[in-house]
Amino acid sequence: MNFLVLGLSYKTAPVELRERLNFASDDPGSVLRAMTDLPGMTEAMILSTCNRVEVYAASKDIPLGCARLQRYMAAYHGLDENQVKPHLYVHCGRDAIHHLFRVASSLDSMILGEPQILGQLKEAYNQAESSCTAGPVFNRLMPKAFAAAKRVRNETAIAQHAVSVSYAAVELARKIFGELTDKNVMIVGAGKMCELAARHLTGQQVGEVLVTNRTLARAQALAEQFDGRAVPFAEFPLYLSRADIVLTSTAAGGLLVTRAQLEEVIRQRKNRPMFLIDIAVPRNIDPDANQIDNVYLYDIDDLNGVIETNLRERRKAAKKAEDIIEQEIDRFYSWLRSLEATPMIVALRQQVEEIRRSETEKTLHGLRHLDAGDRRAVEALTRSIVNKLLHSPLSVLKRAGDDITGEIYLEAVRRLFDLNPDPQKSGTDAVEEGADTKQDSIS
Amino acid sequence: MTIDILLFRTTLLAYALATGLALADILWRRPALGRHGRVLLWSGFGLHSLSMISRYLTTGFPPLSSLHESLSFFAWAIIGTFLLFHLRYRLAVLGAFVAPLALVLMIFGSAVSTATTAPPPPLQSWWLPVHVVLAFLGDAVFALAAVAGCLYLLQERMLKKKKVSSLFYRLPSLQVLDNLNYRCLTIGFPLMTLGIITGAIWADRAWGAYWSWDPKETWALITWFLYAALLHGRLAVGWRGRKAAVLAIIGFVLLLFTFLGVNLLLSGLHSYSALGTY
Repeated sequence: MNFLVLGLSYKTAPVELRERLNFASDDPGSVLRAMTDLPGMTEAMILSTCNRVEVYAASKDIPLGCARLQRYMAAYHGLDENQVKPHLYVHCGRDAIHHLFRVASSLDSMILGEPQILGQLKEAYNQAESSCTAGPVFNRLMPKAFAAAKRVRNETAIAQHAVSVSYAAVELARKIFGELTDKNVMIVGAGKMCELAARHLTGQQVGEVLVTNRTLARAQALAEQFDGRAVPFAEFPLYLSRADIVLTSTAAGGLLVTRAQLEEVIRQRKNRPMFLIDIAVPRNIDPDANQIDNVYLYDIDDLNGVIETNLRERRKAAKKAEDIIEQEIDRFYSWLRSLEATPMIVALRQQVEEIRRSETEKTLHGLRHLDAGDRRAVEALTRSIVNKLLHSPLSVLKRAGDDITGEIYLEAVRRLFDLNPDPQKSGTDAVEEGADTKQDSIS
Repeated sequence: MTIDILLFRTTLLAYALATGLALADILWRRPALGRHGRVLLWSGFGLHSLSMISRYLTTGFPPLSSLHESLSFFAWAIIGTFLLFHLRYRLAVLGAFVAPLALVLMIFGSAVSTATTAPPPPLQSWWLPVHVVLAFLGDAVFALAAVAGCLYLLQERMLKKKKVSSLFYRLPSLQVLDNLNYRCLTIGFPLMTLGIITGAIWADRAWGAYWSWDPKETWALITWFLYAALLHGRLAVGWRGRKAAVLAIIGFVLLLFTFLGVNLLLSGLHSYSALGTY
């Protein structure tokens, strides 16, 4: 397989270099075509994200292809080749496939298991297809990479459970409330951090959204953004009993809600549970409130603890994912081999049938006294001999594709019968040569 | 070995395998195993039903009188209730907790005498199966409520301690578990009430008195009051969550005591020894 990948990622290159090498040009098609125009290069695809810039390619001459590609990349971005070179990694053959599968499965991502990379890879492949720079190598490899990624996602916990504060908050809310559709959310304060968390929460189709802030104008602006209602800061405790989820992030606000206050609120709510997310430092809600029945209070450290556990689970899952990828690569190779077995089987059949037909014709030509029925019997006899003889070798060849030793049989048949299923070589030569060999062996 | 005992043993095996698969599902995150476990649970339930039918056909009276038969029917009702609730609410994870419960009852049931004896003539009446079936169906629904209660407490503890784990993520949300508690209560309570009423009618026919304060009757009444209190608390006072879960578990412990403890530790009209089969 003349497949190679050349590129750099957050692991090998600083962001300054990555952004300079980014291929976010208006016409990726022309870049791709320029790459396949390089000598020996047959296929090309560019994966350019904020964490990596990689060129996947098929080339007839790997060392030459790499050298040209790397020069092209530097030149295209107006950089000196030596500036880029130390940050580049190059893989070819099985290593390149391994790299591709790992990237697709998000095992090489900065945030392990993040889901975007697969989409970005699919887009890159579509771009290569529409620019006509994807050929048989990519067309065989890419679907297998996507399938491997899907398997990793389904069979491991690599992409499960939140690894950011805002998603963790949503996930915990779901553990408490199940569906969030009729749950009211109250947002106290309007810090940057809060905004992100609030956006995730309110993006879940929640009930009413209440926003409060020391400056009413800011609260109103936020309320508009989240399709909610602004509440004056002085009055927000009165609204607490309506809120199922409360998100506080008032910087320098100090303690805004006391335990006693919340006990009263829970009573008013007839014990319906409340989820309080306090991401302010110093905290806005009395930490003791967590001891109230049906109140679940998480501060920023608690959320980070949850995220840390989830990350640990993802790292554990990554080990299993690596095994899956090895399996998928093995499977890919055996599939490739099976593809090669089919033309071999066809060629062998053709050759033998050709010999049988011509030899039978020759013999029958000399036996003119036979009537039509006898001739048919002779035909049938030769046919059944051929089929019986071929039965076992053909079934071995058919299985050769899934076997690690399969290639040996393919090679043996190729040599023994002097077969070359490559359509470029003329088939007749092979047949005649084959006929000679057969006669030799008979005499 | 008679055919019904053969079926009973096969059912036990199916439940045991289903328990293993359901546990493997939640412990090692193998949903495919869990699905197979539920198929086994369904098949076990089918075999179990056949077992009881064949026992009924051979003896000619409902298989609800000996301790073995009661345990078997209780396990059947628990599995059946779970499968029905699963069809409606998709609570796969509960299977890992319900199946072992039924399994323990089944193992207990196969350890005691499996001989068939007709109930003494004064007890032979259609009120017997009606009373027993209603009582056990109510018990089975309450068993599910208790399992949901255990899961609620487990999950609530994890949420309060802020300790997440893969088990944490497999559990249904607190809300779902609390709703289950409520639903089981509204179904189980009428069943239990009817069970007690039909029992009283049957007692009047058999012994000439509706209520004679034998230990089983007393304990059943205590249990009934506890569930009545829980139902009232839920509807009128707004009890929910942890308190409801704890009460559902206490209620089930009382139920088990009423069912087994009373027979094994105290003696009275209801004891299976009085029926001559234990």
